[in-house]
Amino acid sequence: MNDLKRTWNRAPAWITWMIYAAVGVFILTVVQSLTDTERLTSATTSSAMLRWAVPIMLAGLGGLFSERAGVVNIGLEGMLVLGMWFGAWGTINYGPWWGLVIGILGGGLGALVHAIATVSFGVDHIISGVAIIIAAPGITRFLSSEIFANYEGGSITQSPGVDGVGKFTFPFLSGGNIGGWTSPDILGWFIDKGWWFVGDLASVARGLTFNLSQMTVLAYLLVPLSAWVLWRTRFGLRLRIAGENPQAGESQGINIIRYKYIGVLLSGALAGFGGAFISSPELNGIYLEGSTLQRGFIGLAALIIGNWRPTGVMAAALLFGYPTALGKRDLEGTATHSLLLVAVIALAFIVLWALSRQKTSDAILAGALALLAGFWFLSADTVPKWWTDIQPQVFVILVLVFFAQRLRMPMAVGQPYRKGET
Amino acid sequence: MTEQSTTRRLMMQFAAPVGAVVLSVIASAFILMIAGSNPITAYGDMLRHAAKLETSVSMINRATPLYISGVAAAVGFKMNIFNIGVEGQYRMAAIFAAYVGGAVALPTVLHIGLILIVAMAVGGAWAGLAGALNTERGVNIVISTIMLNGIALGIIAWLVRSWQAEGEIVVVGVGTEEIDDSGLIPNLNFIPEFFGDIRSEELTGVLIIAIVIGAAYHVLLNRTVFGYDLRSSGLNPLAARAGGVPPKRMVIIAMLMSGGVGGLVGIAEIMDKGRYNPNFVGFLGFNGISVALLGRNHPAGIAVGALLWAFLDASSDILQVTGAAPKEIVDIMRGVILLTAVIGYEIVRRIRVRDEAAQAAARLAAVPA
Repeated sequence: MNDLKRTWNRAPAWITWMIYAAVGVFILTVVQSLTDTERLTSATTSSAMLRWAVPIMLAGLGGLFSERAGVVNIGLEGMLVLGMWFGAWGTINYGPWWGLVIGILGGGLGALVHAIATVSFGVDHIISGVAIIIAAPGITRFLSSEIFANYEGGSITQSPGVDGVGKFTFPFLSGGNIGGWTSPDILGWFIDKGWWFVGDLASVARGLTFNLSQMTVLAYLLVPLSAWVLWRTRFGLRLRIAGENPQAGESQGINIIRYKYIGVLLSGALAGFGGAFISSPELNGIYLEGSTLQRGFIGLAALIIGNWRPTGVMAAALLFGYPTALGKRDLEGTATHSLLLVAVIALAFIVLWALSRQKTSDAILAGALALLAGFWFLSADTVPKWWTDIQPQVFVILVLVFFAQRLRMPMAVGQPYRKGET
Repeated sequence: MTEQSTTRRLMMQFAAPVGAVVLSVIASAFILMIAGSNPITAYGDMLRHAAKLETSVSMINRATPLYISGVAAAVGFKMNIFNIGVEGQYRMAAIFAAYVGGAVALPTVLHIGLILIVAMAVGGAWAGLAGALNTERGVNIVISTIMLNGIALGIIAWLVRSWQAEGEIVVVGVGTEEIDDSGLIPNLNFIPEFFGDIRSEELTGVLIIAIVIGAAYHVLLNRTVFGYDLRSSGLNPLAARAGGVPPKRMVIIAMLMSGGVGGLVGIAEIMDKGRYNPNFVGFLGFNGISVALLGRNHPAGIAVGALLWAFLDASSDILQVTGAAPKEIVDIMRGVILLTAVIGYEIVRRIRVRDEAAQAAARLAAVPA
């Protein structure tokens, strides 16, 4: 037993993540065999999850850079709005890649205001963020009335249709092309065999590797890139010292103000990317007012659950994206209904985990919720639409309820810093 | 010397908000010129419109719920608890209050009282949930209140739909049952009518509730031990804790109060329409936050902020009528005012701290050693 535990702890992170994911798919497969849905492990669902999670993940990564530099960025939601608008505007006028660049600059503009307010003037981080959340939709509303309303198919609340970038399919895994040669589609072959669990695993994986937007690929590449920059470069070390102990950094001659500015600006740029992605055909295909759907805040929740680490943020974003992705096409509510059984199993695991750590209150809470979900699951065959609508938010709160207390945030996050003061 | 510093202090008090408004007027003028409108004509239209008596009445009507919403946000802000979920709290409160109000028949005072109590209880409970999640499970209040906003909207949509299905709502899209006249707060038309003709406008009686809330907030903050505890936990939570203020209980109480006041935000709308209507007026929660930030959580400051926001609302209407400028320019003005005021207050605070330090140093130097 102890040997097993040691091996587990020594295994590289990517292997443990893979095993977690496989266990997750296994639970979904079991539930799927017990209920009458095929959506839980379908490639459509996993592909939708991958896309839906992008803005959440980018907002979370944005929060990561900002909070690692010691600045809380509640304004991410506002920066998503700016990214959405500028991304759509840029795409319509200059094509999708320039649109992405312009969307990033739009989000960065919101971040610049936040940086000036919090870093240069010492305004409370939450207050400045709230002001940006409130101001950003007003600015885009004005811009839409001046610009999109004059375009054919546009109006005060929305832009005309927006083009997307090219697609990418992984070679060998899902049969992508390499220089004109079509590689074998290994995952597709497994799906065709239809073996229990193996087929489901292949189907989930194929959704994650087949016909992706290049923008999606770029977004996910930012995860290892962020990890490398923050933990493997001198720049990252300095940025993190600004969030952990700025006075110590200052004593080493580091220009803390500059690193805080860079951290906040990068966070706005990432949120701007997230916003542009929402407007891209991968999600909405137009700029639509009010369509951030709190994903800036869900991104912050992903940052907390992800323990202020890039891989954690990505995993949490995918987790938060899953119920929405599932609910999107689940008009009759059967797939969402079977998700209740998944919740029962997950809560049962939490009960066991809490009991093993002698956390009685956690165990009682999880047990009660499991009973509630179980009762609901047995008493109906479908769930109503309103539940599908509020499920993402309920899910975020529940995850925070069980896991928010075990985590460690950067030491000096949210604290005002002035040069030369201790 | 004291007199001079008092004038200086007063000037500084108003420097930030006045500066913010001036800056937004200038910035918007530039934007209007770029957009091809004449800012002078637009501003003239806005001011002329606001000077009319009926517009003033309509501005007060619009400012009333904003003020209540501002106080609701300010109660939390005072102790650094960011309840940004007033939006969800007042909508939940409004639908339940309107439902109960429409379901019962009572004498006037009891009927109105019941509606107000239901509104405060529901608003308080919805905010208290976020408070309890924070104290018991460590869930960030900003995130939980925002998530609860989304959940509230989902629940309301479901309630309205299920009532429609049960046939309780006769006409599709109307809302809850109509509240009897005994449950409606009478208007205050006699006040503006003293000054002249107010045409079809009615001055809302909820104004009285707003004034009572403002006065109660002022007394609570400055004349009670609890208010002292509240302010001190906001200024220095560690010191307050050392002084015997229980931090968890303060969070819960602040959230209950914030949500309780927030529950009353929708009352003006209910009293006006007599029911909860699916097109219930929105964004009062977020605009209330703006107003609280603008008024520095001060009971009178919030009132000024609410009137300013109401003025911009009214201006947006008249710009649409006259066409002197795109009406969305007021959104830009709001954004600029809010952002610059927030920064301006911090600059003023720093100047004041520096002044005080200089004064203390001067006094110390004057004392013979």
